[in-house]
Amino acid sequence: MDAWRDFSDGYWKTEIDVREFIQQNYKPYEGDDSFLAGPTERTKKLWEKTSQLLQEENKRNGTLDIDTETVSTITSHGPGYIDRDLEIIVGLQTDEPLKRAIMPFGGIRMVKNACEAYGYKLDPKVEKVFTEYRKTHNQGVFDAYTPEIRKARSAGIITGLPDAYGRGRIIGDYRRVPLYGVDRLIQEKKRQMGLLETAWMEDEIIRQREETTEQIRALEALKIMAQSYGYDISKPARNAFEAVQWLYFAFLGAVKEQNGAAMSLGRVSTFLDIYIERDMAEGTLTEEEAQELIDQFVIKLRLVRFLRTPEYNELFSGDPTWVTEAIGGMSVDGRTLVTKNSYRFLHTLTNLGPAPEPNMTVLWSLSMPENFKKFCAKMSIKTSSIQYENDDLMRPMWGDDYSIACCVSAMRTGKQMQFFGARANLAKALLYAINGGRDEISGVQVTPQFKPITSEYLDYDEVMERFDQIMEWLARVYINALNIIHYMHDKYCYEALEMALHDMEVLRTMACGIAGLSVVVDSLSAIKYAKVKPIRNEEGLVIDFEIDGEFPMFGNNDQRVDHIAVSLVENFMRKLRKQKTYRNSIPTLSILTITSNVVYGKKTGNTPDGRKAGEPFAPGANPMHGRDKKGAIASLSSVAKLPYRYAEDGISYTFSIVPKALGRDTESRISNLVAMMDGYFHKMGHHMNVNVFERETLLDAMEHPEKYPQLTIRVSGYAVNFIKLTREQQEDVIRRTFFEGV
Amino acid sequence: MSIKGRIHSIETMGTVDGPGIRYVVFMQGCPLRCIFCHNRDAWDPKAGREVTVDELVEDISKYRYFLERSGGGVTATGGDPVLQAEFTKELFARVREMGLNTTMDTSGFVDVDKVGDLLEVTDLVLLSIKHVVEEKHRLITGVGTRKILTFLDHLREIGKPVWIRYVIIPGYTDDPKDLERLAIMLQDYPNIELVEILPYHDMGAYKWEELGYEYPLKGVPVPGSEEVDKAKEVFAKRGLPLKLKTTE
Repeated sequence: MDAWRDFSDGYWKTEIDVREFIQQNYKPYEGDDSFLAGPTERTKKLWEKTSQLLQEENKRNGTLDIDTETVSTITSHGPGYIDRDLEIIVGLQTDEPLKRAIMPFGGIRMVKNACEAYGYKLDPKVEKVFTEYRKTHNQGVFDAYTPEIRKARSAGIITGLPDAYGRGRIIGDYRRVPLYGVDRLIQEKKRQMGLLETAWMEDEIIRQREETTEQIRALEALKIMAQSYGYDISKPARNAFEAVQWLYFAFLGAVKEQNGAAMSLGRVSTFLDIYIERDMAEGTLTEEEAQELIDQFVIKLRLVRFLRTPEYNELFSGDPTWVTEAIGGMSVDGRTLVTKNSYRFLHTLTNLGPAPEPNMTVLWSLSMPENFKKFCAKMSIKTSSIQYENDDLMRPMWGDDYSIACCVSAMRTGKQMQFFGARANLAKALLYAINGGRDEISGVQVTPQFKPITSEYLDYDEVMERFDQIMEWLARVYINALNIIHYMHDKYCYEALEMALHDMEVLRTMACGIAGLSVVVDSLSAIKYAKVKPIRNEEGLVIDFEIDGEFPMFGNNDQRVDHIAVSLVENFMRKLRKQKTYRNSIPTLSILTITSNVVYGKKTGNTPDGRKAGEPFAPGANPMHGRDKKGAIASLSSVAKLPYRYAEDGISYTFSIVPKALGRDTESRISNLVAMMDGYFHKMGHHMNVNVFERETLLDAMEHPEKYPQLTIRVSGYAVNFIKLTREQQEDVIRRTFFEGV
Repeated sequence: MSIKGRIHSIETMGTVDGPGIRYVVFMQGCPLRCIFCHNRDAWDPKAGREVTVDELVEDISKYRYFLERSGGGVTATGGDPVLQAEFTKELFARVREMGLNTTMDTSGFVDVDKVGDLLEVTDLVLLSIKHVVEEKHRLITGVGTRKILTFLDHLREIGKPVWIRYVIIPGYTDDPKDLERLAIMLQDYPNIELVEILPYHDMGAYKWEELGYEYPLKGVPVPGSEEVDKAKEVFAKRGLPLKLKTTE
């Protein structure tokens, strides 16, 4: 076949197997960044035009426009352009850039409220259809929720659940479209339908048959959408341009069909490099043109938008979409997966300036070429737009073709998905353990009645015993809620296109999470090593604590307290593993808060570590700010101890430092940052956000946002435009530990 | 039995006190009384906490990978480590056994014969010179320059690499004539690998107030980069190294 000319033979030709195609054909690159090209004139003009739109969007409260009438599907909107003459890679979610579409299958109320929050009115016909005739995911969930789940949810011990919005965190293997063409993928799905003609039509088989049929329909729709832009994607891509365009169409179809909390891209840069290398060898593509393709592709990725409510923004602040692209890493055979295109992707941060999306995620391995490590460090220092995850830790578990969904969730591309489960508030759970399951703020009995602690001082063993019981209850209620949510999501808001780009048999995980880890750990340490006296109100409810004496705190690489953190994570995970899960999904755990650490803190009373009611938790697995007193390396050494085996959905650590504290000059800053990351990942740390800037810059940006349209910072697992954060979130970021050196 | 010392605190990611990533030990006690001191709480030799060399070495070993990978090591500062020369010597000897670089940050206000053993296990000395003019030095630090200059001479004699640090305090240490004098003097020391001209900062002022003292430099402005650059030029003209020669 002409489209596959010069590609090495392999299994991938007869089976859908993108990984094998990559392995047979990619060219590792160990050189430095000197080959990179700047933006072309076209790109510069296009980005200028786009930037104006982005500024306009900011001025209008963060939403430029909404199409309030057309329900978004893969083919709902006609072709849209920013500027046809300047665009090389085409395709928008609606007919205009940054115009947001309505996606009511997840829940109609959310759509309606979001429209109203931005001064629009949802078309009454749409509202009627999705209220009277077509049930949504949201309605399905609330039809089935138990009173116990509702109570836990409104008390805020489990929150952020995807019961009113799209769950996301599913990554279609978008590379399949350019490599095989849509027709071949449809053919494969039809073959799978044949395998599903079993003797007995049982639940799971019926479901799979229905889903597969929907997948085929979605693939057909994808072809029609591409056709509206003048491209026939039924056949494989014949060159680099088509590969990028086809791949983007596949992704675009997904973000037109689904408003998922995280709509990640996968691991595409090295895949695309193969096409670029072939064109270059044939003399049909220059470095400038290759960079232009990637720059223009990335511009499109920066424009992905979903319509969301202000409450949603509290949990996931800054309008994130998590178009996560995993870059680099190593092959299982020992070759690096870094290619020139890994550089080109990161280089867009220079050509177009920093930005939160796509969520650039470098899969760090100690064996990666030194040149690439230095380049990453240089770009981090310059843009604060990159996150790092430990390839040496994940590769043995997920192979060498996994992607990252959202922030830290690894999954084998096209072979695995997750049921996103937000997180449980463990700090509140600890307070329930002390108060016998009554909420410390409302006084409501949320759990079945447990015996409250009545002693004058808290006894570590007694608290641990009660805490264990509460966690047992919490794990059960939590998984029950998630089972209902994902049952309904599959039923009413199925991701047909994303799943069409998966194998027939996928591995499903049930991705639970915890918030408030460092608060709980320091609280337990205070109870164990100092004297903690609970203060009770007239109803006997513990509402505050007096701490007498010193106690070791998480973040100082002190084993006395760090081991409490480790065993807590292990213990909660063991409880999750005992539960019965929807579709036999495998429970996993993340220690990641996104930006919900602020809202969780707001809903949680005084804690025994001395944290006051309403104060934010630390983000993700971070130590509480100001308590890590031995510097950055001690701090990250504590975090690195948290066992990935018991938190396979990821352990997020956000690191912020002022440039001066990294070293005296650019060169030493780069080499120190490389050494620091090598060290952290050598210690089996999982994830690290790297921020390098002055606190003053942030303070100034709060006062003069117009001066900082592209100021990007990394928060728990993703990046945001700093000026798009709520004031509260901005203050939280600034208050957190900045390592400043002494 | 492992020898004991008093320390103020630990910083596991020092990056400016010597090459690479540094495990920095802030020692308690200082013979000088600098009016711009940003570690005022490290003056008292009886304050802080007691540690043994064994404890420190064990802690350092947890960070060995970071220190090694970055070409870094351990820096003793303070306060002034020369006040606990015996302890610092023991610590450095052990750190060297680990194959890590040892750096001492000092005012140099010490009798040379008291630190001979210590210098033997020290790879690099960071010498902070407060002023070149005797009276002004006394005003700023409370002590004279003679001991310090003798120490610097000794370092030249034994060929010990030195990084000189000089802090620009507007109205106190920025007189061009004084800078010129210092630059001329430093020209005679081939063991100087680096001269760092640093702007004075007031981030340590709160520590004075916490201890109940008035901050002596209250109201003195922090110099801008222009003033620092001007000072640097004086040293550059005399051929002094303002940047490290990269060995690679």
